[in-house]
Amino acid sequence: MAEKRLMYGNHAVVEGVIAAGCRFFAGYPITPQNEIPELMSIRMNEEGGVFIQTESEIAAINMLFGAAAAGKRAMTSSSSPGISLMQEGLSYIAGADMPVLVVNVIRGGPGLGNIAPAQSDYYQATRGGGHGDYFTITLAPHTVQDLFEFPRLAFELAEKYRNPALILADGLLGQMMEPVEFSFEPIDPKDLPDPEWALSGCGGRERRIVRSYDLKQGRLEELNVLRSKKYKKIKDNEQRYDAVECDDAHMVIVAYGTCARVAAAAMRIAREKGLKVGLFRPITLWPFPSDVLSDMSKRIKNFLVVEMNCGQMIDDVKLATEFRSKIDFLGRPGGGVPTPPELYKKIEGIYGGMQ
Amino acid sequence: MKKIFGRPKGLTDILMRYCPGCGHGVVHRIIGELLVELNVRERAVGIAPVGCSVFADEYFNCDMIQPPHGRGPAVSTGIKRARPECIVFSYQGDGDLAAIGTAEIIHAAGRNENITVIFINNAIFGMTGGQMAPTTLPGMRSTTSVKGRDIKKQGYPMKICELLSALDGPYYLERCAVTTPKNIIKTKKALKTAFRNQVENKGFSLVEILSMCPTGWGQTPVQAKKWVEEVMSKYYPLGVFRNRAEEEK
Amino acid sequence: MPEVKILEEVCKGCGLCCDGICPVDILILAPDRINSSGYHPAEVTNMNKCTGCGYCYLVCPEPAIEVYK
Repeated sequence: MAEKRLMYGNHAVVEGVIAAGCRFFAGYPITPQNEIPELMSIRMNEEGGVFIQTESEIAAINMLFGAAAAGKRAMTSSSSPGISLMQEGLSYIAGADMPVLVVNVIRGGPGLGNIAPAQSDYYQATRGGGHGDYFTITLAPHTVQDLFEFPRLAFELAEKYRNPALILADGLLGQMMEPVEFSFEPIDPKDLPDPEWALSGCGGRERRIVRSYDLKQGRLEELNVLRSKKYKKIKDNEQRYDAVECDDAHMVIVAYGTCARVAAAAMRIAREKGLKVGLFRPITLWPFPSDVLSDMSKRIKNFLVVEMNCGQMIDDVKLATEFRSKIDFLGRPGGGVPTPPELYKKIEGIYGGMQ
Repeated sequence: MKKIFGRPKGLTDILMRYCPGCGHGVVHRIIGELLVELNVRERAVGIAPVGCSVFADEYFNCDMIQPPHGRGPAVSTGIKRARPECIVFSYQGDGDLAAIGTAEIIHAAGRNENITVIFINNAIFGMTGGQMAPTTLPGMRSTTSVKGRDIKKQGYPMKICELLSALDGPYYLERCAVTTPKNIIKTKKALKTAFRNQVENKGFSLVEILSMCPTGWGQTPVQAKKWVEEVMSKYYPLGVFRNRAEEEK
Repeated sequence: MPEVKILEEVCKGCGLCCDGICPVDILILAPDRINSSGYHPAEVTNMNKCTGCGYCYLVCPEPAIEVYK
């Protein structure tokens, strides 16, 4: 029987990263994810890995660039303002086609904001965030178990496609405690092969260069077109979602992370009252699970998007459903968290007016 | 007759694009020689900055990476900690190291990271067309200090070796110049020490090299060389600012 | 007899090797011709005097000089 432990969300990230065979962490303290570097400093030493508390988030993302270029799994964690600082680094990493893992435990923003949970970095995560044509593969956990399991998936996707990957958590998930099952055999970093592009010293082979520029006429355009093809492949193959009770639903809530948990509770209240409500929970925010949502919108005429922001994922829902359906929105920005009764009231109001 | 001096194997065959008389070329050649002489080329990883030497990834005949402006010391740290067997060198200009990258260089030095940093100080921003650098001298003209650097409004230049020597961390700090053969020989000796320190796991080494930028300074190469000798090295004195090897004796 | 070979197409005519570096002063910038980049390359005026010291090679930023001994 697999080991089961009651854990903080932030701690589950640490154990998940280590179980995924990653032995390199560089990060900077910022609330509400400080538990990650704190536990990481202990665990990396225990596992013979590298722990660096950096001078800034800028240094952290660049240390990751170096470690990843050297062919090693590397990750950092931060919260919204720190992730903003990492955008240039992520642009370079994507432009150099390197894999790294970044965990964002989102807090209220913009600016200093507050330390309460939020989902207001959705645009930043899914629209590139930094400069240039690129995307970061973005996963949305909704339980502490997800926080344990997603680092392994994130590394696999990042390495498969040679692209940065982001886990978008929020302050509530990071701080809550839930049972975690150590559901897979931990990966021994020695079993991870050296990637073909690793900077390991050119002895016995041609030298390698990791860079994100090319000034030869037309070459950067070619590289961008190639990368777009890569992104299309990711969109075609890696969309992930969970659809609960959508088959007979007249209205479907679209929510991820903490909002999905609230929506699940509100949905149960609604179902008990005979309202046919379903829940569509994106697991990959990029690539957004548009294909299934698009199909769904051919028979579901009412969607309710619930987010802890002023309305960001709702754009992707509108795009995916191609304006076939009515789309309502409940948003709690700046650290606000919706409650099941509040959400149920909104559902009831919309359901009443539905054709 | 055999060739006793010529293009070292530590440089690729790609001809360097630097301006006539630019100091980068001399330092690149010295590093190319050292990679071979110290037998580290095959495990070396070099970091090219942003600046005129952004193309260094084409010139050094070893694994190379080109990261964001100023972040060389952080990227070097990532590579060295991930692969301690590699000899990691960060090649940076004065904008890269003394402007945008001041936090990174100070902290890498403070951590005594076992890396080698080559700091090319030509007191100007070359690549972007000759703007003022943190190391531009008082009164020195640039495209953003057309009447000469005004200390009152634009502050004082930054003396990096002196600054870093206030930290306990760094193992070796020296300032050199690539003007005369004598100075160039001293520069090579300093760089050799800086690389050997890393091979011997001693810690952080930085060699600051006063270098000519004829184009940025609006001078001929020969005038630029004289200016380094007669003016620049008065403000930035050459010499050793830290050598823990001496202290360890 | 030491010899210096100037790689004329590599030379950028910076003149650093001609500025009092050579102990026997046998390097000048060719006044009468330019290479395909438009620079006056360095040239040796009297190879017999070359001592093979390598100072010209030391100061050359390309390097556009080879020294044979």
